[in-house]
Amino acid sequence: MLLIHCPWCGPRNESEFACGGEGHIQRPDPAMAHDEVWVDYLFYRRNPKALHLERWVHAQGCRRWFNVARNTLTHEIRAVYRMGEKPPEGVR
Amino acid sequence: MTSQPFRLPTGGRIDRSRRLAFTFNGQRYEGHPGDSLASALLANGVHLVGRSFKYHRPRGIMSAGIEETNALVRVGSGARIDPAQRATQIELYAGLAAESINCWPSLAFDLGSTIDRLGRFLPAGFYYKTFLWPGGRWMFYERFIRKAAGLGEAPREKDPDRYEKRFDHCDVLVVGGGPAGLAAAYAAGRAGARVVLADDQMEFGGQLLWREVRIDGGPALSWVTRAISEMEGMPDVRLLPHATVCGYYDHNFLTILERVTDHLSPAAAGGRMPRQRLWKLRAREVVLATGAIERPLVFDNNDLPGIMLAGAVQCYLLRYGARPGARAVIFTNNDSAYETAAALFDAKVPLAAIVDTRAEPVAAAAKLRQRGLNVLFGHAVVAAKGRKHLSAVTVAPLDEGGGGLAGPTREIACDLLCVSGGWSPAVHLFSQSGGRLEFDPVLGAFLPGAARQAMRSAGAAAGAFDLAACLAGGAAAGATAAQRCGFGDGQVRRAPGAAPTAAAPPRPLWEVPSPRSARRNRKFVDLQNDVTAADIALAAREGYTSVELAKRYTTAGMGLDQGKTGNINALAILASETAVAIPAVGTTTFRPPYVPMTFGALAGRDVDDLYEPVRKTPLTDWHAAAGAAFEPVGRWRRPMYYPRPGEDMAKAVERECRAVRDGVALCDASTLGKIDIQGPDAVKLLDRVYTNAWGSLAIGACRYGLMLREDGMVFDDGVTARLAEHHYLMTTTTGHADAVLSWLEEWRQCEWADLRVYLTAVTTHWAAIMLTGPKARAVLARVGTDIDIDRAAFRHMAVRQGTVAGLPARIFRVSFTGELTFEINVPASCALALWRILMIAGGDGEITPIGTEALHVLRAEKGYIAVGHDTDGTVTPADLGMGWIVSNAKADFIGKRSQSLADLARSDRRQFVGLLTDNPQEVLPEGAQIIEAPTGSSYGRPPVPMIGHVTSSYLSPTLDRSIALALIAGGHRRMGEVVAAALPGRAARAKIVSPRFYDPDGARLND
Ligand SMILES: [Zn+2]
Repeated sequence: MLLIHCPWCGPRNESEFACGGEGHIQRPDPAMAHDEVWVDYLFYRRNPKALHLERWVHAQGCRRWFNVARNTLTHEIRAVYRMGEKPPEGVR
Repeated sequence: MTSQPFRLPTGGRIDRSRRLAFTFNGQRYEGHPGDSLASALLANGVHLVGRSFKYHRPRGIMSAGIEETNALVRVGSGARIDPAQRATQIELYAGLAAESINCWPSLAFDLGSTIDRLGRFLPAGFYYKTFLWPGGRWMFYERFIRKAAGLGEAPREKDPDRYEKRFDHCDVLVVGGGPAGLAAAYAAGRAGARVVLADDQMEFGGQLLWREVRIDGGPALSWVTRAISEMEGMPDVRLLPHATVCGYYDHNFLTILERVTDHLSPAAAGGRMPRQRLWKLRAREVVLATGAIERPLVFDNNDLPGIMLAGAVQCYLLRYGARPGARAVIFTNNDSAYETAAALFDAKVPLAAIVDTRAEPVAAAAKLRQRGLNVLFGHAVVAAKGRKHLSAVTVAPLDEGGGGLAGPTREIACDLLCVSGGWSPAVHLFSQSGGRLEFDPVLGAFLPGAARQAMRSAGAAAGAFDLAACLAGGAAAGATAAQRCGFGDGQVRRAPGAAPTAAAPPRPLWEVPSPRSARRNRKFVDLQNDVTAADIALAAREGYTSVELAKRYTTAGMGLDQGKTGNINALAILASETAVAIPAVGTTTFRPPYVPMTFGALAGRDVDDLYEPVRKTPLTDWHAAAGAAFEPVGRWRRPMYYPRPGEDMAKAVERECRAVRDGVALCDASTLGKIDIQGPDAVKLLDRVYTNAWGSLAIGACRYGLMLREDGMVFDDGVTARLAEHHYLMTTTTGHADAVLSWLEEWRQCEWADLRVYLTAVTTHWAAIMLTGPKARAVLARVGTDIDIDRAAFRHMAVRQGTVAGLPARIFRVSFTGELTFEINVPASCALALWRILMIAGGDGEITPIGTEALHVLRAEKGYIAVGHDTDGTVTPADLGMGWIVSNAKADFIGKRSQSLADLARSDRRQFVGLLTDNPQEVLPEGAQIIEAPTGSSYGRPPVPMIGHVTSSYLSPTLDRSIALALIAGGHRRMGEVVAAALPGRAARAKIVSPRFYDPDGARLND
């Protein structure tokens, strides 16, 4: 049970949240994207055994989406930052 | 009445002034408050408590704690049967009734024990090998194995007890109330931290409850009493006895099983308190003072009743005042058993010999030698003798390496053998927390290494077996943990003190050599699952050299005790068989829970009606009173049909359908999802999430929309109305209401943060009553509305706001039935009033409430899709024949780009069509596979290609025949062709037709 610091509500149990998978995915311009690029955007995701930049939603709380930098091996959460923000310095 | 012949006259933590009567296997005994069931049995001379799992060998009490592997008993009766509890952990209460398990027909005479003589037929991997045998041998064995295997029987009745869950948090959680844990909790509490101290026993003290040691110059228990009473006075310290920490999860989240009333009889518990409470605790810092577990030694016949762990014997003598034997031998490889020797001496139990594997005399023995005890250094017990109880041990000198014998054997008569194979720190929780284990070759044990979470280990759990080190380590750990939470400076002001003792190193001896041949001896490694050293060796020979594979192949460590005593011996033997070092073999993964938990505790109050609360509309009670049959739709229960007396479902649905087509009907549509969309960019949002264009939608108009996922597949559909300039109301399918809102929010927040638009779920704010049928307008006029409902003024796909029967209302002219429909939305609090008014205005016996089944028949007659019924996440708008709703003009919307991917453009995709069976009474089962119609009488050689499947299928009262909807490969090009539905034993021919069976031009909608 992770302890996740919602940027709006503070530390809450993981059970209040839902994970939306990899964050910072750029949606290609649909008019320009080749099939390969589009399919990569649709279906292919990073699955590192290391630090992973994800987006989560506080589904049972404020219902806000935000970014989480989480180590998938240790579950250490290195940073939490708002939607639209870049990962903090040193987290990558 | 028996008189507890093996009870010592004095000493221990029991109250001899009170007697508690209990039964074991129907026999009546007595014990005292403070007893465990195991100690009370031993005080009555009862050693044989069970039969082993596989060979049904007689087994006795082996330990005094949670690690007990033999003494599993069934407690209670009727619905309160607990099928497999450890006798060592059961606190005695008056009226306790316990029985052995794994015994048939009785404990003394067990038919299953003949399996023991057939032991060579049940080697390691027996189950796997039998599975693989040809010719159904497994089926033959299974009946026999199922009966013989298993640990007790679960009750079939509903659990009458109440269980609770509690969420909490603290600064410092201390696990274990022995010397290290008490010192840690005390230090952290003194610093001002919020502390929880959890211990699984009835009283705190751990080993101090029986060891004759001194702290701060006085008896250890005086120190315990002082520390507890001081902590009871600290407002931020919570003491939790009867509480086992079972799981250590991420971010210092731990579960604690508190046995609130298990130590009371059901009558005494009285039902006021829960039976058990599951704590879900978040701690900023954790101190693990979980102690250590003594290891048995692996020699021939080491499972006989009368063979016990040395520390357990000491505990029974000094904590419980129970004498486990009349003539003892000690077999040890370390110093700790010498305390047991002293305890036996003090209790006047004759000690025939101490057999110590270590070649050189140790200091601990010196004092005992002065008492005239016989210590045999460099020796081992190589075999135990006896039938249902130990009668003698065979002793022999060890050679230098310990792998063989250096001299002749001799026998020593005894009825109690105290064994000590060294101590394994209880690193289970540490390992669960993600910490790394490190092997200490001197102690022959795995110790906590680098931690992953905010925690530290102290005392024996950290490999500090000396009392002085336990106290110092515990106090330091508690002070440091408190400091890390912001309390105190991390320094220990006044640590409890004890005289340090120097222990001689143990001599690991993982498998004791035997004078008998390997085939004939039985050296048990895991007593609960009857795994022997030979089984481990066999697994290694057959290639199961990984510790995880060997565990599963032999089942070592897979019993209720999860190998708490036997695992280290098993993996040391595996290491020896595969000629690698123990740390290279590693350990199996320690998984929660640390001890078995009841399902009741895990479920807590989430049972019965609270398991998954049912959502109700304001009309649910009316439906129930009207006799509706309900069906679950998501978390809702919707009326499926309203049977009249004498009607079955088919008759009721037929009547309801006819009412809609010929008269007028009411349907509760309140469960449809409703999302209120407001803001200047609302229309942009709609344009991006729906396939069609929304810019042209006028105020007061509705439009049907199809929503896709980004991969181009249909996700949801529904009607959205424009209520005002920047105000829309979106409806979704009942089942997808939450998913659609989440979906829209994700896009709005993550991708389109610039859009000025807000979404609000209003599903339960507005009730929706569908008034449908050719006579609907007349009924609406009768109840009265200030909205002009004239055909020309209020057309199909329009929305009006006003009042209906004086109630504030929005009316949507949308239709899912194909008939003239007014969908009247009123505030939820007004719904029941409006429903009743409409029922009265409709005329008794004329207006008909209809359920979801009739609705499905009616929409299928129209060929309307039901998302999630006719679609399954692999269906595109083109597959549905709904290309008309996909805008080519819009540059982008979710799912547009994917429509041109090669796979979505295939012409042989499964496409949505209607099916008419040759036999008009044949209603195809939904899900039936569609195959090509036969040429002649043959369907061709199997496997016959499946070209589609039936998605919806009903008997249509309107058409007076069956109809079906299906997805069929290339179906749109095959209109008029005949295919077949594969049914059990036969196939039913059906013609592919347009899915619009009824009023294909929609003339009736515009009525
Ligand atoms: Zn939040």
